Amino acid sequence: MEKLISDFSSGLFIWQTLVFVVLIFLLRKFAWKPILNSVESREEGIKKALEQAEEAKKEMASLKSSNEALLNQAREERDIMLKEARDVKDKLIADAKTTANVEAEKIIAAAKESIHHEKMAAITELKNEVATLSIQIAEKILKEELASADKQKAIIDNVVNEINLN
Amino acid sequence: MTIPNIVGAGLIVIGAGLGIGKIGGSAMEAMARQPEAAGKIQTAMLIAAALIEGIGFAALFAA
Amino acid sequence: MSIKNISKFTLILFVFLSINSFANTNETHEENIESTTIVDEKASLKKEIKETIDHHLMDSYDFAITHGVSFPLPVILIDGGLHIFSSSKLTNHDTHEPTIVESNGNYYKLFHGKIYKTDAAGTINLDEHHHATNEKPFDISITKNVFTIILMSLFLFFLFKGMAKKYKTNSLPKGAGRFLEPIVLFVRDEIAIPNIGEKHYKKYMNYLLTIFFFIWFLNLAGMTPFGIGVTNNIAVTFSLAMLTFLITQFTGKKTYWLHLFDPLGHSMPWVAKIPLYLLLVPIEILGLFVKPFSLMIRLYANMTAGHVVLMSIIGLIFVFKNIIASTAFPVLTLALSALELLVAALQAYIFTMLSALYFGTAAEEHH
Repeated sequence: MEKLISDFSSGLFIWQTLVFVVLIFLLRKFAWKPILNSVESREEGIKKALEQAEEAKKEMASLKSSNEALLNQAREERDIMLKEARDVKDKLIADAKTTANVEAEKIIAAAKESIHHEKMAAITELKNEVATLSIQIAEKILKEELASADKQKAIIDNVVNEINLN
Repeated sequence: MTIPNIVGAGLIVIGAGLGIGKIGGSAMEAMARQPEAAGKIQTAMLIAAALIEGIGFAALFAA
Repeated sequence: MSIKNISKFTLILFVFLSINSFANTNETHEENIESTTIVDEKASLKKEIKETIDHHLMDSYDFAITHGVSFPLPVILIDGGLHIFSSSKLTNHDTHEPTIVESNGNYYKLFHGKIYKTDAAGTINLDEHHHATNEKPFDISITKNVFTIILMSLFLFFLFKGMAKKYKTNSLPKGAGRFLEPIVLFVRDEIAIPNIGEKHYKKYMNYLLTIFFFIWFLNLAGMTPFGIGVTNNIAVTFSLAMLTFLITQFTGKKTYWLHLFDPLGHSMPWVAKIPLYLLLVPIEILGLFVKPFSLMIRLYANMTAGHVVLMSIIGLIFVFKNIIASTAFPVLTLALSALELLVAALQAYIFTMLSALYFGTAAEEHH
């Protein structure tokens, strides 16, 4: 211990303290401050970048979910539209069918009527023809029958006989 | 160096050695138990060992 | 030349010089052996090894690069005025004996590595323990250690200034910064923040970083063969520990001082506290000084012990002088050198760590 104290060099102590204190101040100004500052700012930057990435990730997720929702909505809309289209189609077909039916019925009715008319006209014509023919036949027959006085007399007699005067 | 001095120095070395050995052994055990806390245990171990060492050296110089 | 080239160059220089210095010591021992008898030889060899170790650990007035190659440094003495002269005047260049230096009418002489005031004849008065009783001038010479400290400070300054400059253009470290930045971050994240706390750590960062790199680099420099172990000098570690102590006291907040003088707080009435405090407060105050003292002693003793052990083992090679010793001890030296590399970093870490711990107690606020 005494050896340590006797060996103690105060000159070395003074120089060491002086040089070391100066070194601390020099390094503080020229080294530690810029180094620590830039390291800190770099760390801050990394932290911020990570945070931003996290945020972007979240945003992506929310975007994805909103996309999903949008897609679902679109799908629903499409379904509705398809359904509507189908309905319209069905209605159109149904409408067409009914109109066709009505038209057909109309046509059929008109046809029936015209057939009826034709028939009636034909019948009338036939009737007229038959009547003319009958008259002609009757005329001929009558001419034949009433050619002689005897015959006329016989008919009258006959008719008179037939008339039953009761 | 006289004989009592040498004996004293020997005793100091034995004491300090035992102390540091105990710290080291306990630290090893603790690290094996909790490997995740190895860093903290190591730091605490070094500090404790350094303190014993300091006392040991101080005593050695006194001897 | 860039830093990379310089470091390569210095590495090669170190390797070359270390081989050179070992070769030199070998030769001198060989010479010794020839001139003495075997018993005397062993004793003198042991003495020489001890002297070499002592010399290696000691500060000196000139900077010895390798055995016999050295350059002088200025000697500055305050002794009724300033005396400045070159350290080459202190020793005779050929005989390596100390010579008497005359400066402004005063005479100085080197005795066991220290400068003493003497007369024109150069008499050194000795007491019964062979200690010189001559007056010692106040010595603020640029010794080998001071020179190393200044050199290392310049190196650290330019190294970190260069590193800081690289950040201006790019936010990522480049060159040496790639290696140093993780260490800077380690000091911040593993030493400063856990011990001082997120809130106050910033104002201590300058000191902690500086002291960490300063101690670490000086420890590493001490492992070079120049014998510039600055951190195994008690004056240096005392200065470092004193700065930690002063910063702790000057940044101590109310809680810190309350803990010192009123450790029990409101847990008991003041009447009961008085007798306890007669015992507690002196212990607390003692603890205040024990902390930097242990810091100082720890660093000093670790570095000194490492050097002594390493050099003793190298010395053992020359003591045993057989094939087993000369193969086994270099291997052991290599292993211990590797251990010393670890210790160099570990001691810097522990010094910084404990400093941060003490700052933490000082900066702590009431909770």
